[in-house]
Amino acid sequence: MANPQHQAESDIVAKPLRHPWRLFGAVALLLIVGAFVWSLFSAKTIDHTVIVKYLFDPMILQGAVLTVWVTAVSMVVATILATLLAVMKLSENPLLRIIATGYIEFFRGTPLLLQIVFWGYLGIIWPNIVVSVPFTSIVLFNQPTSNVISSLAAGLIALSLNEAAYAAEIVRAGILSVDKGQAEAAKSLGMSGWYTMRKIVLPQAMRVIIPPMGNETISMLKSTSLLQVIAVAELYTVANQISSQNLAQIELLVVAGFWYLVMNTILGFPQRYLERRFGRGFEVGGNSLTRTRKGTLSGGHV
Amino acid sequence: MADTSKRPMVRAENVRKRYGANEVLKGITLNVGQGEVLVLLGPSGSGKSTFLRCINHLETINSGRIYVGDDLIGYREANGQLHEMHPKDIAAQRRSIGMVFQRFNLFPHLTALQNVTEAPIGVAGIPKAQATERAMALLKRVGLEDRAHHYPSQLSGGQQQRVAIARALAMEPSLMLFDEPTSALDPELVGDVLEVMKDLARSGMTMIVVTHEIGFAREVADTVVFMDGGVVVESGAPAQVLDNPQEARTKAFLKSVL
Repeated sequence: MANPQHQAESDIVAKPLRHPWRLFGAVALLLIVGAFVWSLFSAKTIDHTVIVKYLFDPMILQGAVLTVWVTAVSMVVATILATLLAVMKLSENPLLRIIATGYIEFFRGTPLLLQIVFWGYLGIIWPNIVVSVPFTSIVLFNQPTSNVISSLAAGLIALSLNEAAYAAEIVRAGILSVDKGQAEAAKSLGMSGWYTMRKIVLPQAMRVIIPPMGNETISMLKSTSLLQVIAVAELYTVANQISSQNLAQIELLVVAGFWYLVMNTILGFPQRYLERRFGRGFEVGGNSLTRTRKGTLSGGHV
Repeated sequence: MADTSKRPMVRAENVRKRYGANEVLKGITLNVGQGEVLVLLGPSGSGKSTFLRCINHLETINSGRIYVGDDLIGYREANGQLHEMHPKDIAAQRRSIGMVFQRFNLFPHLTALQNVTEAPIGVAGIPKAQATERAMALLKRVGLEDRAHHYPSQLSGGQQQRVAIARALAMEPSLMLFDEPTSALDPELVGDVLEVMKDLARSGMTMIVVTHEIGFAREVADTVVFMDGGVVVESGAPAQVLDNPQEARTKAFLKSVL
């Protein structure tokens, strides 16, 4: 081991290893990207004033807000549903297992676009939603489907139900990643199965669940653009409507693309917060006695 | 029995446990009196840990009966017919049985203090202030009051195991089960944990301890049971079993561990 006295006498002074190829690579990359951007901006076919004009257009901004809102609602609903499905799939009850497995297979096995169109066209299959008491003529509820489920509601349902199927497998993987001894210790203290899941297993599973769920959220934000097919006025739909009038398709794609990129970049921050929140007690170098910023380690061995 | 302080706390009657065709417990019968410390010795695979886990129904048994206090563990008996218990009732039975694991199994996302208060607050419904006060007293008892706000990853193995003991004691159990509590510890950390267990034994806790610490058995145990191949080979006072074993298998085992 290092001799502390010797270390105190003189710190190591050495010339850093040079990496000439890194510099070369960086310059080459800059040139290639620069050339591409230049050719894009100098293209006569693209009218840059249109891009600038629509970048902060109120309709575009409203579309972006709706996109964020749809993403948030769908992810929250999907996460709750996914947790339920994951617990069901791991349950001892065979009926619950079959329901969860069937659900996941069905919603993963058909295209999202198809599901969105299905929910959007629900009114064609069932023009009215009727709730009545069987074997009597009592009708509790009778409304045209299009009144009950707007195209926005159809979009939310489609995205939530589809996402729940993927997220369920992520949550299940998270639960399985928690050591079985944890549930045994909880049981031995008299905790019920549901309490153990809520207070002991899921908080630990979160560490494994959050990174892929960040991925899913990014994917969801982009999938909302598919709602264009059922005319939900989110970012892509709005951009598309504008360009169908002024015929500046590429310009409005650039506008929409810019906002998708901005929103996804911002999404990284809450993810980092959550990762730190649920990483408590799991820090690398667990002997550090005080919680410190990433990169610095303080405290010593116990 | 004349001595009422020694009325059986645990009664195991002809307990059998199979995994498929592999029978790991082949009819275990033993009693543990109130306030008694019973040490289970035996080679690995002898079924001693499995037996311990049957007592709080972490494993279900295939035949026989286990009683803790007056409760039949895991089942309800009515008119000579056994009925499986509802998980809620099994959980209630487990509250009076504390268990300490070889791998500690502390909850890594909770501090030492939260590990100790989680079950009293969430399961027993004790107010937080009162639970915290009691937890601090228990942490003090195991010598770790200054580590209350540390996460398990910031504690040594020995410290983690002492927190685990405090956690089990927080539910005020009438019986404590120890499943090789010092086997995963560095040798220099074993002493502190054994000290806490000795203190607990002196305070009159009924304990069943699976261990390879012969010294602990000699000093603390009222009864030593030697198991091998799923049966009780020999049992009795420590002096009798450890110093004057009658069975060849006991002799061979003691020779190998001493």
